[in-house]
Amino acid sequence: MARKVVITGLGATTPIGGDVPTMWKNALKGVSGARTIEADWVQEYDLPVTFAAQITVPASEVLSRVEAKRMDPSTQFAVIAAREAWRDSGLEEIDHDRFAVAFATGIGGVWTLLDAWDTLRAKGPRRVLPMTVPMLMPNGPAAAVSLDLGARAGAHTPVSACASGTEALHQGLELIRSGKADVVMCGGAEAAIHPMPIAAFASMHALSRRNDDPEHASRPYDVGRDGFVMGEGAGALLIEAEEHALARGARIYGELAGTSVTADAYHITAPDPGGLGATRALKAAMFDARVQPSDIGHVNAHATSTPVGDKPEYIALKTALGSHIDNVAVSATKSQTGHLLGASGAVEAVMTVLSVYERKLPVTINLENQDPEIPLDIVTTERTLPAGDLVALSNSFGFGGHNAVIVVRSV
Amino acid sequence: MASNEEILAGLAEIVNEETGLAPESVEMDKSFTDDLDIDSISMMTIVVNAEEKFGVRIPDEEVKNLKTVGDAVTFISGAQA
Repeated sequence: MARKVVITGLGATTPIGGDVPTMWKNALKGVSGARTIEADWVQEYDLPVTFAAQITVPASEVLSRVEAKRMDPSTQFAVIAAREAWRDSGLEEIDHDRFAVAFATGIGGVWTLLDAWDTLRAKGPRRVLPMTVPMLMPNGPAAAVSLDLGARAGAHTPVSACASGTEALHQGLELIRSGKADVVMCGGAEAAIHPMPIAAFASMHALSRRNDDPEHASRPYDVGRDGFVMGEGAGALLIEAEEHALARGARIYGELAGTSVTADAYHITAPDPGGLGATRALKAAMFDARVQPSDIGHVNAHATSTPVGDKPEYIALKTALGSHIDNVAVSATKSQTGHLLGASGAVEAVMTVLSVYERKLPVTINLENQDPEIPLDIVTTERTLPAGDLVALSNSFGFGGHNAVIVVRSV
Repeated sequence: MASNEEILAGLAEIVNEETGLAPESVEMDKSFTDDLDIDSISMMTIVVNAEEKFGVRIPDEEVKNLKTVGDAVTFISGAQA
């Protein structure tokens, strides 16, 4: 019998709130985090996309100046979210040798990398500062969280594009089940709202071009969807072995009942149109959690608002859940937060856990004309689920054909 | 040409920017490592920033000789001469 793993702490810094309570209040109400980017470089480089979903509380307001100076923005966000999750968990005394980190990112320290390249070209190699390497490395967020909280049972960095944040929970669950750790700080962080990634994502036609109306640009499942909206931020979840949480009388949000990771092996960026990899991930996660399709009450979908991405996820859900899909309430929270890339799975996991804990579902905004080929029950107004056992899924898919799913069960 | 007082004040500002230490704690007889707890990465950052601020070059092999703040002030003053 595998060890049961529970979630006891939550943290986030996002485009719809700088902490979990603010984010959650907004998620239930339905707000857009997308805005025109107020930076000179938008005009300077004549970017084809001029808006994004930026975090609402700048890291400089939360971290000290010296702390922030030594961290790439992606690491700053990770540390902010992880500290909130740690405080929220109520943990104090802990065996640090049994405490691990699994903190993901999709891209890593892209601001640091490109700033250093600019410095090298403008001022020469002497001016490229010695903190450049630790700031740009993709394991920077995991390493900083480990250092900050004293987690010594390994600091891991799953990197699987937009599935990274969800894969971090998969890794965390495995660490506890296998007995390598009792407590894991899981999460994902991303800070890539920089002209180069915007240009690159725009060149592959992945981004919405609704420049004149940013707040309505992220519209999963709507016939007018034309791409995702770049987001940034971090989500963090403190998970621990159930017996560890019970022994200290912790407040338990829910059980991380199962996870899965699969690969499409179909195309480097395009989703398998039949959703086969995603279907296998959904089935594997439910098997891992020992739940049936009929147990599922809620799905926090990946749903990025791209023309080609939203439908294969629907096909996968329909294949994996069968006719029960008609009884499942689906939320597409990227409509509010934008797409936080490697952090998205972690932020959505936080929302999924809160959905199970509070039985309230986040709202999908901007759904005006639902795509008739995607007949899901989308949550667009406040909705409360009845008492009783509740199981929810959260999906994430990434370029490279990565599929990751988590299963959260009420306790 | 900066006076020793001006160099000290400039260095204190750089150290404060890098480490958050109060500028008035950066005194001539203080050791960078033992008193100010500055690690090698911060030291290199301070050196590079000092080079830019004072228009001097501090060779890498010289950095290990700069044990105290006073050593750095003396070196920078000499390099400016």
